[in-house]
Amino acid sequence: MRIERLIRMANDIATYFTVEPDHAAAVASVRDHLKRFWDPAMRRQIKAHLAEGGEGLMPLAQEAIRDLDVPADTH
Amino acid sequence: MLSIVEIDLGTPKSTSSTVVALEIDGRTVQVPEGTSIMRAAAQAGISIPKLCATEMLDAFGSCRLCLVEIEGRRGYPASCTTPVSEGMKVTTQTPKLADIRRGVMELYISDHPLDCLTCPANGHCELQDMAGVVGLREVRYGYDGANHVFARIPAREDQEAAIPGRTLQTKPNPLYSPKDESNPYFTFDPSKCIACSRCVRACDEVQGTFALTIQGRGFESKVSASQNNRFLDSECVSCGACVQACPTATLSEKSLIEKGQAEHSVITTCAYCGVGCSFRAEMKGQDIVRMVPNKEGHANHGHSCVKGRFAIGYATHPDRITTPMIRARISDPWRVVSWDEAVAHVANEFKRLQATYGRHAVGGITSSRCTNEETYLVQKLVRAGFGNNNVDTCARVCHSPTGYGLKSTLGESAGTQDFDSILSTDVVLVIGANPTDAHPVFGSQMKQRLRDGARLIVIDPRRIDLVRTPHIKADYHLRLRPGTNVAVLDSLAHVIVTEGLVDEAFVASRCEPEAFAKWRDFVSQDKYSPEAMESTTGVPAALIRGAARLYATGGNAAIYYGLGVTEHAQGSTSVMAIANLAMATGNIGREGVGVNPLRGQNNVQGSCDMGSFPHEFPGYRHVSDTTVRQSLEQAWGVPLLGEPGLRIPNMFEAALDGSFKGLYIEGEDIAQSDPDTQHVTAALTAMECIVVQDLFLNETAKFAHVFLPGSSFLEKDGTFTNAERRMSRVRKVMEPKGGYADWEITQLLAQAMGYPMNYTHPSQIMDEIAQLTPTFHGVSYEKIDQLGSVQWPCNDEAPLGTPVMHVDEFVRGKGRFMLTEYVPTTEKVNAEHPLILTTGRILSQYNVGAQTRRTANVMWHDEDRLEIHPHDAEERGITDGDWVGIVSRAGETVLRAMVSDRMQPGVVYTTFHFPGSGANVITTENSDWATNCPEYKVTAVEVTRVTQPSEWQKRHRAFTEAQEALLDQSVKPA
Repeated sequence: MRIERLIRMANDIATYFTVEPDHAAAVASVRDHLKRFWDPAMRRQIKAHLAEGGEGLMPLAQEAIRDLDVPADTH
Repeated sequence: MLSIVEIDLGTPKSTSSTVVALEIDGRTVQVPEGTSIMRAAAQAGISIPKLCATEMLDAFGSCRLCLVEIEGRRGYPASCTTPVSEGMKVTTQTPKLADIRRGVMELYISDHPLDCLTCPANGHCELQDMAGVVGLREVRYGYDGANHVFARIPAREDQEAAIPGRTLQTKPNPLYSPKDESNPYFTFDPSKCIACSRCVRACDEVQGTFALTIQGRGFESKVSASQNNRFLDSECVSCGACVQACPTATLSEKSLIEKGQAEHSVITTCAYCGVGCSFRAEMKGQDIVRMVPNKEGHANHGHSCVKGRFAIGYATHPDRITTPMIRARISDPWRVVSWDEAVAHVANEFKRLQATYGRHAVGGITSSRCTNEETYLVQKLVRAGFGNNNVDTCARVCHSPTGYGLKSTLGESAGTQDFDSILSTDVVLVIGANPTDAHPVFGSQMKQRLRDGARLIVIDPRRIDLVRTPHIKADYHLRLRPGTNVAVLDSLAHVIVTEGLVDEAFVASRCEPEAFAKWRDFVSQDKYSPEAMESTTGVPAALIRGAARLYATGGNAAIYYGLGVTEHAQGSTSVMAIANLAMATGNIGREGVGVNPLRGQNNVQGSCDMGSFPHEFPGYRHVSDTTVRQSLEQAWGVPLLGEPGLRIPNMFEAALDGSFKGLYIEGEDIAQSDPDTQHVTAALTAMECIVVQDLFLNETAKFAHVFLPGSSFLEKDGTFTNAERRMSRVRKVMEPKGGYADWEITQLLAQAMGYPMNYTHPSQIMDEIAQLTPTFHGVSYEKIDQLGSVQWPCNDEAPLGTPVMHVDEFVRGKGRFMLTEYVPTTEKVNAEHPLILTTGRILSQYNVGAQTRRTANVMWHDEDRLEIHPHDAEERGITDGDWVGIVSRAGETVLRAMVSDRMQPGVVYTTFHFPGSGANVITTENSDWATNCPEYKVTAVEVTRVTQPSEWQKRHRAFTEAQEALLDQSVKPA
């Protein structure tokens, strides 16, 4: 998928949770959202993007994606 | 004409709990206080003659047929307008009453044509019935006096000088009006009118449009639409309530005139909007004579709109495709094939795609126009048959934020009330919804309540009809800028919190204290004060403060919202902000209050309930929930994936990167309804096997490789679940034109894919749903048949269903306040795109128009127009009717302008009912942060006068013509 689109979507999620005063909770919420709603292939791709520097990703999104659970490629 | 099977009790039901006993014709009758004598008698099986009375309308007392005698009272009171009282002794038949009634009927008939044998009402004419009942045997007045019956009357001098054999000279009859056939669905023949006012009262009391009136006085009285206009040119919205109420053939369905009286009647559920009206399909064999809203219908109580009652011709339209077709490339002509070949082809292709590109390379999409059983089967096919979770439904692009937002705050992805709850509402808050156009029957119920005194707050960029309509004026119209819903909702919350209007007791006992404290601090910030937000929202602070106070303190307050809330980049945030408001003011958990999403299509709620989202099994249970998954694995006999699949927009992205290749689409037209059309069609073009199961060669089918002829709602059994969680039966009244009901087609595909499905009736599918889903444990066809309809949750705890949710505690336990920061959309106006385009729909058309465009509803709306404020129009030299180009960063299209001050300056509006309009060519890929629901409601555009269609429209037209030619060239088997 277009990585720009995934970055935008991840940032949109992070933007919502930016308001959460408890930073650890904010990170966990973004990560949980990605895990609950993103297909593993999308998670794998965004995580790979972060591994390459994560350009364009908001800091909160980066923190959430860092420990995002991604299952083995079953495709 | 009333239903051919319902018994009309004459006056409305009383809701009193006090019982009154009286005697009617020597029989003791017990009825609730406030019941009319007429109704009490009818309930005891005693028919009192009547003409102006029907139980849909308040008693009127004008026809003088229903007179009775009451012991101890003088005269002959009308039984319709006289309420019962304890110990009353009523006599309905005496020689004197018979004499009076006969006299009254004689007068009626002296001004009524006697063409009964050729009259469309013949067989169900109340006037004819009453003439029989009262024993009318002669009309002593003759027919040659003043009358409304004959177009010409003999000249008086001529009559006096009449000589046998001489031709009478006649002159025009000033009282006569010719038949009005302007409305496409019904005729108005004033010569048959008895001036009972039932039509006028139906328009006022039931529909609330006030389009009809009695013009003139005494013998000159006549029914008139608006200012003596033709019906089509009047304010009439063609709901048909008047036609249904008419006791004679004065107002008659054209279909009844053409076909004659129906011989049987089947109760089914409308296939249009989320109100889910119950109808009686009145049939002659397999042919529908007319649709009559079911008086017993729990959602609509005998009312309907122009779509449900009249716009059903699409089901038998010649455009219906009734044979399966396949083709290798979309540039090839279609090849008509047998069902066996079509099904085998799909299975082979999907297996090939999965073998070549991986098992995640295929998926399915259902529509909110499908029944529960159909959507359930498709998600089961995808999860169990395809072995992935790539299933989504069109709620993705409408109410997915409702699911997310209400689940997060209240614990269940559904509205909290039944429609009738509004009867106990004191303050109605409508945000981002236009009920009189998009949910007309509930809109009428809302208007009834508003006329009875409820207060009204409207939050909408447009001046929707509800803001100012006969006998209704909104107390507050917060005319916000599109995209600022969250800012307005947070300001309302700010006022409620900072002015001490929170229902502290409710919050303390029912909500999570920590989340509430956090939220209280959050909305109390100065930046959310109405004054600080005024420059963002465009709404004067005083109006926000007034509206907040009214909502919080005006008694039972209920919020109704629609796609103007959800289809935004912050759609889910808005839904949560709405739930926050309801919890903070204690407006949830009882009659008259609540959070009410008005669902766009008939089965939005149901398709979501049935597990059509890629992350949820039926009953909104996440796929990662091991216990749930194991129970389904056991029932379905295959391992299931515990990870979410692709959503619709993700499928498009995956198609474009080459990893998603095959799509089974049932009843949805993504090429027209989804945003950024050119992106969608590029994705469709990139796939190798698109299977469309539909009634027509819709926009998406033009990109398809397989077409499977679907069945209309009239051709199958099933259930729909409306906006109030009400499950109602859809009943087959005719055989499927393509040979199979949709659930059967999905089952054939599953079998061909190697996954066994062996249902013989949709009731078995519902039994499986009930068995596997706790909220539906108590649901069965038998129960729905028995109760008429049932609102889920329906299980051991609530065997009769649940009209109001969250009564003693929230589904999630404690209600959770969510923080709702206002984040401006990135879709901002600038010098290049200085206007905001927002979209919506109108009464006569429905969604992508596939159904309504194939009916006479096009007489009201035959093209999508761009509404633009006079100021914006003038600046651009645009006048009403000009062709204008609308350019966004996604694309360009051309429509005709409609200059209208309904819009605020800076905002333009259009509908999306016609594919060639290309409304979604201009909408962007922006979407709700939580659900990817598209931001349809905010697109920055520029509008200019143009002289020709856009490039996209030219391409679209050429493509459409080519595809229609390929359909015409379709190769039939030898």
